[in-house]
Formats: sequence, C-alpha cells, structure tokens
Amino acid sequence: MATKASRSAARLMMAPAVILLLGWMLVPLTMTIWFSFRSYLPLRGGDLGAAGFDNYVRFISSSAFWPSIQTTLILVGSVLVITVVFGTLLALLLDQPMWGQGVVRILVIAPFFVMPTVSALVWKNMFMDPTNGLFAHLWRFFGAEPVSWLSDASLPSIVMIVSWQWLPFATLILLTAVQSLDGEQLEAAEMDGATKLKRFFFIILPHLSRAITIVILIQTIFLLSIFAEIFVTTGGAFGTRTLTYLIFQRVLESQNIGLGSAGGVYAIILANIVAIFLMRIVGKNLDN
Amino acid sequence: MGRITLDKITKKFGDVEVIPPLDLTIEDGEFVVFVGPSGCGKSTLLRLIAGLEDVSGGEIRIDGSDATMVPPAKRGLAMVFQSYALYPHMSVRKNIAFPLRMAGMSPAEQDRRITAAADVLNLTDYLDRRPGQLSGGQRQRVAIGRAIVREPAAFLFDEPLSNLDAALRVGMRLEISELHKRLQTTMIYVTHDQVEAMTMADKIVVLRAGLIEQVGSPLELYRAPRNLFVAGFIGSPKMNLIDGAAADKHDCKTIGIRPEHISVSPESGDWKGTVGVSEHLGSDTFFHVTCEGIAAPLTVRVGGEVDVKYGDTIWLRPGPEQIHRFDQNGLRIA
Amino acid sequence: MARDVTSRRKLINTAAAWAVGLVIFFPILWTFLTSFKSEAQAIAAPPLFLNFDWTLENYGVVMERSNYARFLWNSILIAGGSTILGLLVAVPAAWSMAFVPSRRTKDILLWMLSTKMLPAVGVLYPIYLLFIQLGLLDSRAGLIIVMMLINLPIIVWMLYTYFREIPVDILEAARMDGASLKSEILYVLTPMAIPGIASTMLLNFILAWNEAFWTLNLTSVDAAPLTAFIASYSSPEGLFFAKLSAASTMAIAPILILGWFSQKQLVRGLTFGAVK
Ligand SMILES: Nc1ncnc2c1ncn2[C@@H]1O[C@H](COP(=O)(O)OP(=O)(O)O)[C@@H](O)[C@H]1O
Ligand SMILES: [Mg+2]
Repeated sequence: MATKASRSAARLMMAPAVILLLGWMLVPLTMTIWFSFRSYLPLRGGDLGAAGFDNYVRFISSSAFWPSIQTTLILVGSVLVITVVFGTLLALLLDQPMWGQGVVRILVIAPFFVMPTVSALVWKNMFMDPTNGLFAHLWRFFGAEPVSWLSDASLPSIVMIVSWQWLPFATLILLTAVQSLDGEQLEAAEMDGATKLKRFFFIILPHLSRAITIVILIQTIFLLSIFAEIFVTTGGAFGTRTLTYLIFQRVLESQNIGLGSAGGVYAIILANIVAIFLMRIVGKNLDN
Repeated sequence: MGRITLDKITKKFGDVEVIPPLDLTIEDGEFVVFVGPSGCGKSTLLRLIAGLEDVSGGEIRIDGSDATMVPPAKRGLAMVFQSYALYPHMSVRKNIAFPLRMAGMSPAEQDRRITAAADVLNLTDYLDRRPGQLSGGQRQRVAIGRAIVREPAAFLFDEPLSNLDAALRVGMRLEISELHKRLQTTMIYVTHDQVEAMTMADKIVVLRAGLIEQVGSPLELYRAPRNLFVAGFIGSPKMNLIDGAAADKHDCKTIGIRPEHISVSPESGDWKGTVGVSEHLGSDTFFHVTCEGIAAPLTVRVGGEVDVKYGDTIWLRPGPEQIHRFDQNGLRIA
Repeated sequence: MARDVTSRRKLINTAAAWAVGLVIFFPILWTFLTSFKSEAQAIAAPPLFLNFDWTLENYGVVMERSNYARFLWNSILIAGGSTILGLLVAVPAAWSMAFVPSRRTKDILLWMLSTKMLPAVGVLYPIYLLFIQLGLLDSRAGLIIVMMLINLPIIVWMLYTYFREIPVDILEAARMDGASLKSEILYVLTPMAIPGIASTMLLNFILAWNEAFWTLNLTSVDAAPLTAFIASYSSPEGLFFAKLSAASTMAIAPILILGWFSQKQLVRGLTFGAVK
C-alpha cells in the first residue's frame, strides 16, 4: 500500500488539515508572544512600545497572581479527586448485574451533555440561591440557616458544579476500563483466596491505573481552562478567580493586552507541562 | 493477451532488500505458481506485478509495453486476495459490478457479464446477498467473479485458499484449474503449499528469501530438483536427505531419496533399520525408520496396508535410478 | 463470570445504582419539571415536585421574548457547519495517516493533539483582534471556522482510529478494480466507515454545541448561539426560575438526546483511542 503515487497523494490530502492547524497554532501564538513583550493598551493609545520582560514580572508580582494560581490548583485538584474517586466507585457499581443498567447509565452520563452555561445557571439559581434555592429549602427544613453558597462558599460551590459536569466523563471511561477486565483473572484471584478488598486493590485498581491516568490528564487540560462556569456564577469574585479568568479579565475587561498576553504565555506553559505526559501515554498506545 | 516480463526487478523496504534482482517471464495463458516458505517474498513479488508496490529497480513489461510506473488501476490485471477483500457494504451483484462500474461500462453490458460470471461460479442465487451472509467458499467465488468479469490480461491470486477448510480447498483448487482451462488467461498464483503448486501449475517458481531457486513444470521439479532446498520443498512426504557414509558411496555430499522410491523387505536390502511410528492412511502407509549409520530417521511410503509393527527390524532399498545426488554447495549433480 | 447472582444481591445493586443515578440526574429532572411551573410555584416553599399546575406558558414567553429561534438556528449552523467543514478536511487526512503511514505519521497525530491543548485564553486577544480585522466578529462564519479548528484534532483522531480497523486489502482491491483515489474514498472507504463517521460527527456536534469560551467571547448579537442565550439569564432574569428552566430545557434537550446515542463512541473520541 505504499507506492510513490499513493504517498504523494497522501501528502496532498493531509496538507489542508496540517496547514490549517499550523496556522491556528502559530499565528495567534506568535501574536501573543509578541504582545507579551509590548506595552499594549488599546484604550490608552494602543502599542506604547517595547516592554521587555516587564509584563511577565508584573503579571507574577501582581497581588492577584498567586491567589489565582492557588484557586486554579484547588479547583482542578478537588474536581480531580472527586471525579476519580466517585467515578471509580460508580464504575464498579454500574458494572454489577442489575435491572435497568442501560437506563442508569443514561442517567449518569446526562450531565456531560449539558452546556456549561446551563449547568452553572441552574446550580446557581435553582439550587444555591440563598432564598429560593432547593438547598435553602433543605437547610430550613432541618432548621439550619441557609447558606449563601456562591459568596460564602464560592470555591467549593464551583468545585461541586464542575464535578457534577465531569463525573460522567470519568465514570464512563473507567466503566469501559472495568468492563475490559478479564473475569478469569478475578476468579483466579478468588481461588487464590483474595478477599474482595484485596481483589480491588491488587487486581482491579492496577488494571484501572492507565484509564485513571488518562482521565486525570484529559480532565486537567479541560479544567485548567474552565471559564463559563465562573463567568455566569461569580464573575471571578469571592476568591474564584482562576488563572484563566484572571487573564480573561486583563485582556478583555481592563484591556491590558501586554499584561494579559504574558499571563497567556504562562497558561500555555502550564498546559504544555500536562500535555507532555498525556501525549506520552497516547503515543505509546499508537505503537501497538 | 497477458505476457508478463520481469526484468531485474528489485524491492527494498527501507534498507532491507526483500527481492534481489530477479528476472522472470510469464507466457500468455500460462498458470504460474510462486511457491516458497512464508516470508520469502511471494506476496511482495505479486504486489509488484499488481502495482500495489513500487519496484526499487528494474522493469515490468506487460504484453511488451513498460508497465513499471503504471498505476494498478491501469494495468489491466485482476487480483484475488487471501482475505477475499469483498466490499462489505455492497451486495454480491454490486461487488462483481464494481470494476465494470469503474470502467464506465453500460448497465446492459454489466448485467450481461455479471449473469455470465454468476452462472459459471454458481452464484446466481446469491446475487442480492451481502458478503457477510455468505460462506467462505462462496465469498471466494465472489472474489473470483469480481476478477473474471473484467476480462483482465492476467489474474493474480495471493494464497486464495488458505482461509478455507481442507475439503473446500480441494474443491476450489479444481474450480480454479477448470477456470483456467476455460479462459486460457494468464494466472499467477501465490501459495506456500507445494501440493497446490504441484496440482495446479503449468510452471512453478520456487522462491527462497526473494531469490528464484528453480523454475519449471511440476514434474521437472519433482524429477530433477536443482538443489537441496527445492528437493526438500517439493514432494510430500518430504524427500529423505542423507549425508555421510551412505552418500560417500555415491561420490557426493548428500543423497536424496523420495519416500515412495524406497522398497521394503523383511530379509534383505541396503539399509537395516528399526520401525518407529507408522502412519496408516489406508491407501498408503508411511513408516519412520531409524537406520544404522544414518543420522535422521527415514520416511518410507508403501502402497496399501503393510503388516509392520513398531520396533520391527526391516531392510530398505532405494531405487537406484531414483537417487538424487547433491554436491558441497547443495547443487544437484547430474 | 458465569455464576448466578442471587436476586437479593441484584436487588441491592439495582437499588443503589438507581439511587445514585437519580441523584446525579436530579438537577436536569428538576429543571425540566420547573419549566412547567408558574413562577410562583417554581419558588414555592416547600418545593413542589409533581403536584403543581402544569403549564406551557414559560416556553411561550421565552420564545417570544428572546427570539429563541435565532439562537437555536445559530447553534445548529455553527455546530453543524463546523462539523461538516471539519469532516471535509479530516477525512482525507485520516485516510492518509491510516492507510499510507510514514515515519512521521505518529508525530503529526500527536502534534495535532497538542494544538487541542493550547489554552484558549492564551490566544484570546490575537483571535479577537484578527476577528475584528477580518470582520468576523459576531459572525457565524467566524465561529464555524473557530469551532472547526478547535475540534479538528478530535475529528482526525477519531476517524483515524476507525479507519485503522478497515482492512487495507479492501482498498487495494478497489484500486485493482480500476478505482481512482476519489472513487476509492467515495465508494469504498466512506460507506464502510459510515458508523465511525457518524459517531465522529455526533461527538463533534455536541462539543461544538456546548462550547462556551469562544461563543461567549466572539459573539454579541447576530451570531450568538444558545450558550450565549443562556448566559444572558445570568443576572436578574435568572431569578425567574420557571423561565430559566424552560430556556435551559430548550438549550439542552436536543443535545441530550444526541448524546445518549453517542455514549459508546464518546470514550474513544475523548481519550484519543487510548481507552476502548
Ligand atoms: N510493507 C512492508 N514493509 C517492510 N517489510 C515488509 C513489508 N511487506 C513485507 N515485508 C517483508 O518482506 C518479506 C516478504 O514478505 P511477503 O512478500 O509478505 O512474504 P510471503 O508472502 O512470501 O509470506 C518479509 O520478511 C516481510 O517482513
Ligand atoms: Mg504472503
């Protein structure tokens, strides 16, 4: 299947995809890097000249930077822990024989298909609203004072919303992995006298480790750029300003393009660190 | 017409030379079989002829004109794949029609040819089925049907029978031979099974590691194998190859004697031996006999049933006219 | 595991799984129910579950007031257009990589994947600026292009993994049968890959439909899709629970239905074939 003719045809047919993606990557990236070294303020006259590393230094030394990193890490970390732990448990549960498995699967997967703006708004208003939200009703029912979720417990609230959105993803992938586990292996372990708990830790968990790694990496990449959920709930207030949101504010709200671009470069570097690990795994998978 | 000439063609995959320079002429109407052990380059050679791979050097001529750079679609050759390679989403009729459709043939002519082909191949009742609903033998026939409707200059077969069970294989073997007799079109047939080669070929090309070891009719190869490799490869059970004292007597490095050319006697003969396992096929019996002074056990073939048991002592005598002699380099001594 | 499970055991599993499933699904169910309440009943204390006066009024109000149809149409055009455009670019590329692999194929695939990981916010301003310069801001064409580009790696990858399952022999047979490259792809590869292509389209459509960074930042009025329509409820209007619910239900219902059909392929698509 490899004649010169087919190889040159192949190159030609790959060209549009490669060129488009190359353009999509290089043009904006180059511009971002260029802006990050300029003092660029569209509202105050545009490009005010070279800035050296000023923007980089200023972005890091601004009082908002470290809190935003902290917020990002807490958000990403908590969501990962919640989705992986509950996703694993849920996958194991769904793998058990039961009635109506297909329907339960559908129920569990549904949140993944809900657009981020919808899930954020529904949670914000109908569940977390301090007067009319369902949680408020529930709290009052137990005689407790309703919580102003999005101002008093803002970050945990967002963690909760995002976890709800991503739990289906983790569950679905882990369920696929659980189902690919060889039943005979478990039976052999049972014959060898391994208890249920031991079977989980010595056979099931190692079998899932690859899938868990993939879930963690892919979710990390998506979670690092969470935007709409914050945009429609807190607008970055009450300690929910992530790195992504901070950059968004610098660029579009305060129109400090140079500063925002320097932040963008940081975000790109951060995402690439995660991406490298993901690509290793995916790449290995390509070989066989 | 279908005269195919290979002129010093070579094939490299990266740095590995799979086909060293090779010359071969296939005459119009010939049934040529490429045979050799797995991995020796048979499929590669066939794909070079088909145009599915580029040659690394040399020239391929079809009916005298240079086809080396001609794409597969334009060579006028048809191929039957080991996996049948039927189009799973098309009915049998559409499968067979595909090459005709690609050639832009009129629907009436397409129909005529499909009907004729289906008739020859006993596919008339299956024309509206999908390949997935057919048995292995039927799929094979569809693949052949798809090849014959085009009336190609030559047919290329790549181990077409290896996915069939033993009984079907024998039947299809006959059908393909019959097809060749009827169409009189050049056929190039690749197999690792020497029985297929012997039974079907006008001309056998024995390959080893991309090199042609010998070219000839089945009987030429049987009677006069050019070297030890061909001697061991052609014929079933395999020819006995004997080194040492027994060979020295014949002034050579190695002698070869086919199992069917050894006679057995309870009292006298050239070699005395002990009977090991015997295989009773009814029509024939194969003995494995360990002889004094000969390293490997010899295989002996005797017609019908013979009353010899495990551990018996017997005498063997090779037919004097039927001993093949080979020199140091493994080449036949005439 | 060929062992009989006691029905008691199965009953417990069933109960547990259904309970968890319903809890997870509850927000969607609650939204759906609330969309049929009057505003007063929507905030009634204690909350009403099924015992309320069902009404379609909210749907009417939402459609009337916010020109829902235009947002819906934009969503369909953007998701659909980017999917079709992406497919046109990706099918040939995936064909090349699956059937004429070279030493660089793997690197190209991984590189394509890496473009997917570029954080959008990092290139927000350049894209914004380019859009202004090219007159693409708040245009459907602009969003179609962006959606196509951000999902192209996923489309190429999914198609690649599906194509690799198609035996090369069949394509070679087509070539021997006199098919040109175009015929080979059109009449042989594409029909055989229909299931894979369909699920790729579905997933891509869903991803584009739900995308809420570029759609929020690059549209204002003309090209705004449903994500932006919902976001417009983020302040005071959101307090009208019933209307918010009706709007939300209309925004997610079509995709929820599509999504349920694609759940099997989802895993492959989102893990780039690393989990099957
Ligand atoms: N596309 C290829 N790339 C690299 N090596 C190949 C390729 N195709 C075949 N080979 C090598 O060429 C040799 C001959 O292969 P093949 O012609 O398929 O053998 P046969 O059909 O006789 O079993 C084998 O060693 C095989 O590994
Ligand atoms: Mg072969």
